Amino acid sequence: MAKKTQKKLSAWDIVQIARHAERPNIADIIRLVCSDFVELHGDRLFGDDRGLIGGFATIGGEKVVLIGHRKGRGVDENIDANFGMASPEGYRKAMRLMRLAEKYGLPVVSFVDTPGAYPGSEAEARGQAEAIAHNLEFMSTLRAPMVIVICGEGGSGGALGIAVGDRILMLQNAVYSVISPEGCASILWRDGTKAPQAAETLKITAPSLKKLGIIDEIVPEPAGGAHTDPAAALAEIKKAVLANLAELKKISLDDLLQQRYEKFSAMGRF
Amino acid sequence: MSWFEKPAEAPASAPAETVWAVCPSCKAYIATKTWQDAGKVCPRCNYHARLSGRERIAVLTDAGSFKEFNSAIGVNDPLGFKDASGSYADKAKAAAAKTGAGEAVLTGTAKICKIEVVLAVMDFKFLGGSLGSGTGERILLAAEKAVALKRPLIIVSASGGARMHEGIVSLMQMAKTCAAIARLKEAGLPYISILTDPTTGGVSASYAMVGDLNIAEPKALIGFAGRRVIEQTIKQKLPDDFQTAEYTLSHGFLDHIVPRKELKNFVAKILRYAGF
Ligand SMILES: [Zn+2]
Repeated sequence: MAKKTQKKLSAWDIVQIARHAERPNIADIIRLVCSDFVELHGDRLFGDDRGLIGGFATIGGEKVVLIGHRKGRGVDENIDANFGMASPEGYRKAMRLMRLAEKYGLPVVSFVDTPGAYPGSEAEARGQAEAIAHNLEFMSTLRAPMVIVICGEGGSGGALGIAVGDRILMLQNAVYSVISPEGCASILWRDGTKAPQAAETLKITAPSLKKLGIIDEIVPEPAGGAHTDPAAALAEIKKAVLANLAELKKISLDDLLQQRYEKFSAMGRF
Repeated sequence: MSWFEKPAEAPASAPAETVWAVCPSCKAYIATKTWQDAGKVCPRCNYHARLSGRERIAVLTDAGSFKEFNSAIGVNDPLGFKDASGSYADKAKAAAAKTGAGEAVLTGTAKICKIEVVLAVMDFKFLGGSLGSGTGERILLAAEKAVALKRPLIIVSASGGARMHEGIVSLMQMAKTCAAIARLKEAGLPYISILTDPTTGGVSASYAMVGDLNIAEPKALIGFAGRRVIEQTIKQKLPDDFQTAEYTLSHGFLDHIVPRKELKNFVAKILRYAGF
């Protein structure tokens, strides 16, 4: 990998970096980007999802509501976090915390890193589709500045469920896709081993998404990927989040909501 | 799966599919005219077959009242997508030829028991009713039109979910359509979502699930993840009724299951409660 970074990485190479076991996760962000964090638990309806967490956080002196998917490090932590695959409770907790942001006049910063929403029978029974759908609707009219950071894997609806906002940032080696390359390959190529080709075709890397007008800004990573120098990567994230929050603060909430609506309505208008 | 296919044990005298339809569920022979007149609902087993967009409009609205708009908005190919079976552009052309529509949803104004509404009707025959950018744009404009006309919005969903061939642009249609519906709701206008077989993936996880009322047809498949994916994840076989309309109702995500022949009157009744 180190040798390859000297050359142009393929989309499939970038998928591997995005999924790297040592890639900075939400715990690292809380530890190194935030000076304070108060986790807030529970959706008040059923439970407390460990795959999607949130709370009050302070970033460079700015008080925010932070939400984010949680991938663990190591097997035990990953089982606890369900590998970053959120359940309906996670999306509903996120909505509850975003409501608090609106009430307390705080911006929302959302960190996205999930293979996708959890595809389990209990998640279906408790309304995975409804939970995501309501977040999409809710986030489109939330009266708070919202900065989204696609950190690792932006897995389809499970990512989008906390990824509607005013500024969409994406780490250089993150990916964001409607379906996993493996899933796409097995459906459209009828051959899971064609995942590298599907990854290329789906245009899931940050530069492609910037060209398509889906993301606003690419956050640079150290050569070889964020895991090679987490402190440097996290410093870049902090810098980008603060710069965007400062810009959004200058815009009135009415204008912000209008711009957010126009931003998403324009996606896929050719 | 088409009921037009002549079955092996068809009556010897049956000349063609113009005379006999076969229920895809119970395999009963039904005179084609009976089948059509019943809106493709089986008189024997109550199976609700999938309808094309035009057929759906015919069973839901006052005859001749549908006035389509934005029919010129068609398929976009933002990725220049090609897979093992060919190019997306060619598949989209074939879908348009097969359905006579330019996208997987038809939008327009219509009357339901004389109540004027804005209507969006998805067509599963158009690339599996998948949510492409043209689909999303038509739905967004329909919601905006409902706000401009101060009329209720009715969306009839029939979709396997996002359209992979448009990649991330397809995913964003979920956010885009929901943003338009949020605005419609802020304007105090009713939105009735009708979920028909199937309503899954990115469509169930966006506009289809956020109706003031969510209504479904009997036995419609409704869910987020696919059955096979879930079975692989939990390593268990799922019960037959998993993700049916009845299952979705009992879990609290639908207001009502309404048989097709009662759907039009039911929607009209709700709209009257909503002040129309
Ligand atoms: Zn039947």
